[in-house]
Amino acid sequence: MTDINPTTTLTAKDFASNQEPKWCPGCGDHAVLQQIKSVLPELGVSSENIAFVSGIGCSSRLPYYMATYGIHGIHGRALPMATGLKAARPDLSVWVATGDGDALSIGGNHFIHTLRRNPDLNVILFNNEIYGLTKGQYSPTSKLGLRTVTSPAGVIDHPFNPASLAIGSGGTFFARAFDKDGKFLRSILLRAAQHRGTSLVEIYQNCPIFNNAAWDAFANADIKAENTIYLEQNKPLLFGKDQKKGIRLDGFKPVVVDLEKGGVSAADLWIHDETDINKASILARFADTDPDSEGALPRPIGVLYAEDRVTYEDALTEQVRDAQKNGAGTLADLLKGDNSYVIK
Amino acid sequence: MTDSKTTTKTVNVTSKASVSVLFAGDSGDGMQLTGTQFANTVAVRGSELNTFPNFPSEIRAPAGTISGVSGFQLQFGSKPVYTPGALFDVMIAMNSAALKANLQNLHQGGIIIAGTDGFDEKNLKLAGYPAGVNPLEDGSLSNYTVFPVPVQQLTREALKDSGLSSREVDRCKNMFILGLLYWLYNLPYEGTVEMLKSKFSKKPLIADANIKAVTAGYYFGDETEIFANIGRFDIPPEKEHGTYRRVTGNEAAAIALAAAAKKSGLELFLGSYPITPATEILQNLAKMKKWGAKTFQAEDEIAGICSSIGAAFGGALAATNTSGPGLALKTEALGLAVIMEIPLVVINVQRGGPSTGLPTKPEQSDLFMAMYGRHGEAPLPVVAASSPVDCFYTTYEAARLAVEHMTPVICLTDGYLALSSEPWAVESPDNLAEIKPRIHAPRKPEDPPYLPYKRDENLVRSWAIPGTKGLEHRIGGLEKQNETGNVSHDPDNHELMTKLRAEKIARIADTIPLQTLDNGAEKGDLLVLGWGSSYGAIKTAVDQAIEKGYSVAHAHLRYINPFPKNLKEILGNYKQVLIPENNNGQLVHIIRDTFLIEPVGFSKVKGLPFNEMEILAKITDLIKEL
Repeated sequence: MTDINPTTTLTAKDFASNQEPKWCPGCGDHAVLQQIKSVLPELGVSSENIAFVSGIGCSSRLPYYMATYGIHGIHGRALPMATGLKAARPDLSVWVATGDGDALSIGGNHFIHTLRRNPDLNVILFNNEIYGLTKGQYSPTSKLGLRTVTSPAGVIDHPFNPASLAIGSGGTFFARAFDKDGKFLRSILLRAAQHRGTSLVEIYQNCPIFNNAAWDAFANADIKAENTIYLEQNKPLLFGKDQKKGIRLDGFKPVVVDLEKGGVSAADLWIHDETDINKASILARFADTDPDSEGALPRPIGVLYAEDRVTYEDALTEQVRDAQKNGAGTLADLLKGDNSYVIK
Repeated sequence: MTDSKTTTKTVNVTSKASVSVLFAGDSGDGMQLTGTQFANTVAVRGSELNTFPNFPSEIRAPAGTISGVSGFQLQFGSKPVYTPGALFDVMIAMNSAALKANLQNLHQGGIIIAGTDGFDEKNLKLAGYPAGVNPLEDGSLSNYTVFPVPVQQLTREALKDSGLSSREVDRCKNMFILGLLYWLYNLPYEGTVEMLKSKFSKKPLIADANIKAVTAGYYFGDETEIFANIGRFDIPPEKEHGTYRRVTGNEAAAIALAAAAKKSGLELFLGSYPITPATEILQNLAKMKKWGAKTFQAEDEIAGICSSIGAAFGGALAATNTSGPGLALKTEALGLAVIMEIPLVVINVQRGGPSTGLPTKPEQSDLFMAMYGRHGEAPLPVVAASSPVDCFYTTYEAARLAVEHMTPVICLTDGYLALSSEPWAVESPDNLAEIKPRIHAPRKPEDPPYLPYKRDENLVRSWAIPGTKGLEHRIGGLEKQNETGNVSHDPDNHELMTKLRAEKIARIADTIPLQTLDNGAEKGDLLVLGWGSSYGAIKTAVDQAIEKGYSVAHAHLRYINPFPKNLKEILGNYKQVLIPENNNGQLVHIIRDTFLIEPVGFSKVKGLPFNEMEILAKITDLIKEL
C-alpha cells in the first residue's frame, strides 16, 4: 500500500492498457483481469505508482493489459523480480500474476522463500491445474490420474496443496477465490491489497481448452453450495444449500455435521479465526479431499489465514535508517575506509 | 610498550629491495591472520606490497596433511611490486606438510624457518614422509638456509604463567613466529599489539598471551645466536606521502558499487547468493548500509539476479556478484536484462571449472561464457580487472557503462584478485568519473505517448522509473516493437531489434578510452597482450625483458567487449603477439576472430596465477625464434 492519493477519481478503464488481451475466448483470465482493474481504483494509488510483475504462462501476460508499470519476466522468476523491486522501491504497490506451473513448479523455490520473507506483494496465483501456454501438459497441481499429453496413462505425481505449502512456508496471507464469482473475487482482491505482507490469492481459474470443468464441482450452481464453504471471520463454518451443514472440530479432526439432525447446534461449530495458524493449517488440508469422495470436506473459499508480521522491505529500510542515524556516509568516507594509514 | 626497534642488540642489518615471504602451516595454525598482520605492518610502514592467500576449500581439512596446508604469500619492497613473487625468499613452515607442499617454490639458497614441533614422528607420517625420514635432519635441505625453531615449546615457555589452557597457549604460536619475522625484517610489532588489544578486548587473558607471544618471538630473534650469520634485513619503505588503505579485490569491487551509486545519485541494490570466491562482495556491501546499500541474500543465484532486475526496473543501481557456476545459472536472466535494456552490473569472480571445479583457485576460463554464454543474440559489454585495486576502477566503470548505456555489463575478476591485496592511495571523490543516468522526465497529458524503446544518438533508450507520471509501460522478455516496446512477432522488426541491440553495444567503443601500452615501445618485435589478473606477472616479466634489451611491449585489456577502437592498430605494430591466459586460449580465439591475426597463446590451467618467471621464459623463447 502507498500513501499517494490520485487527484481525480479513477475507474477500471483508467487501468486498461491499449493492448487487447490475447487469451482464449472463455478463459477465466479475462474475468480475473476485469476484477483486478475494477479493484485498483479503490486503493487510492495512481497508476504510475503500481507495478505488475509476472513470469511465463498464459496468466503471466496480464501486465501487458494494465496501464501501470510492468515487467513480463522469465519463467518462474516473477517473485524474486517483484521482491527486488519492492525492496528498492517500498513506495510502489507491487502485484504479481503467476500460474500453477510458474509459481509452484519452475518457481517453487522462489515461492516458498518469498512467502517466508514477507515482502508486501499482492500475488495472484491463477490455478488451472494445467500447463496452458505449452498446450496441455500436467502441472504440479493436476489431480492424480489426470490424462494429458504428457500423462497419457494418468498423472502419478502427487499434487501440491498451495494453501498448505503457503502456510508451511511461513506465508502471512492466504485466500482462495473463483474466476466465476467476480463479486467475491473482487472483495478478496481488496483484502489482499490491504494486507501488508505477501498476500497470496489462489484463484480457481478455468482453462476451457486443456482442462475444462476442472473446478465444476465448486462452480456449478446446482452442486456448488454442497461443496464449498465461504469463510467469514468469527462466524461458524456453515455450508450447504440452506446453510444447514457445518464443520465441527473433533480434536484436530474436522467433521461435517448436519444441523438438521439432533444433538448439534451452531454453537458447537468451528468458529473461523483467520489469525489462528493451527486452524488455518487444518482448513488448508480440506483441499486434499476430493469433493466426490465419502466424507469429503467442503472447499474453503475466502481468507484462510492472515497474520500481521513485519514486511521484508520495512525491516530492510529500518536497518538502513538505523545505520544512518548519525547521518548517511559520504563518498569521501567510503573511499577512505576505516583502516587507512598515512605515510609521512 | 617499549619501541621494538631501539632495544634490539646490534646485529648486521642488510638492505634489500624486495622480499617474498610465505607463511605456511596447518589450516588451524592461523597462517592467514599471521600473514595479514605482517602485511598490515609493512604497508603502514610505507612499503610496496602484494599479498596472496592460498588455502584449501575445506574449512578444516585433516590436520597435518598436505591437503590441510594453508599459506599466505606476500612480497614487499621499496619499489612497486606487482605479484606476490614467483618464488619465495623466505618460507615459514609450521609443520612438515607445509614444507613438503611448498618447497618447490622456494629460491635455491632461500631461508626456511621450520617449526620443529611440527616435524615430529606423527606430523612427518601425516605429511607422507617415509618412516625415519626427517627433511630437517637428512641433509636434503642443504641447498637452503634452514633455521629450526621449536616454536611450540618456546611459546609454551613464554606463556607458562598465562593461566590459559595448553590448547589456548598453543594457539598463540603463530604470534610467536610473527614476532620473530618482525625481528628478522627490522619491523615494529606495536601495530600487532594494538590489533590484539582491540580484537580480544573482551578476553584480556587471550590478548595478553598473544602479545607476550609476539614479543617473545621478537626477542627470541634478538637473543638467539642462530641468525648470527645472516643478520637482519631491512627493506626501506619509499612509498610517497599520502593516505593509503590496503584492499583486496573483493573489497575494492564492493566499494566501487557503493561509490558508483553515490556518484550517480542512485540507490544501490545487490541481489546475491553466497559462492566462493565472490561472497566477500556481498559481505562487504551488507556492512555499507550507512551509504544506503541494500543487500538481498537470495535463495539461489537466479533469484539473486532476478531481484536485481526488479530493482533496476525500479530505478536502483542494481548489481549481482557470483562465480562461474552461478553465472551459468544467471544466463537466462541476463538475456532478459539484455532485451529489457536495463542497467545491471554482474561481477563474476572466476574460479577453476567446469562444474564445482576448484572453488578456491583462480582461473580465467569464463571469458567465453561472459562473451557468448546466453541463448539468442545477446551481446553485452565485458570488462576485466587487472589487480586488486583495479577491481575498484573496473567495477566502477562497469557501473558507469551499465547506467549510461542501459545494459547489463559483466565485470570479470578472479579468485586471485578477489583475495589478494595491495595498498591503494585513497581516492578523491572528485577524481571519479561522472555517472549520468538516462532518467526520463515525467510526461504531461498533452505530450506525445512515451516510447520506451526510442533511442538517443548512442542507441540508448531512456530509463522510465516507476512513480513517474505518464511513463507507465510494460516490458519483458518477449520481442518488442521498435520504439513502442509493444509485443511484436513481426519478422523484420525482430531482425531490426537484434541489430539495434548489437549496434548499441558496438557503439560503446566510441565512448571508452583508447587502448594504451603499459610498457615498452610503440613498435617492436613482441607485444604481450593480457587481460585480468595476469597483469602483475606480465608487467614484471616485460620489465625484465626490456632490461635484457628485448623489443617487447605490454598492453593490458580492460575492455574486452567492445574492444578499444585502436586495438587493431596496436596489434599491427609488432611482429608477434603473445597472449598468456589461465585458460585454454579464449582471448586468443576472440582476437583471431576479430582481427584475423594469429597470436601465440600461452596457457596455464593449474588453478594458480601466472608468475613472472614463466612469462619471461616464454618471451625469451619467442624473441629467439623471431
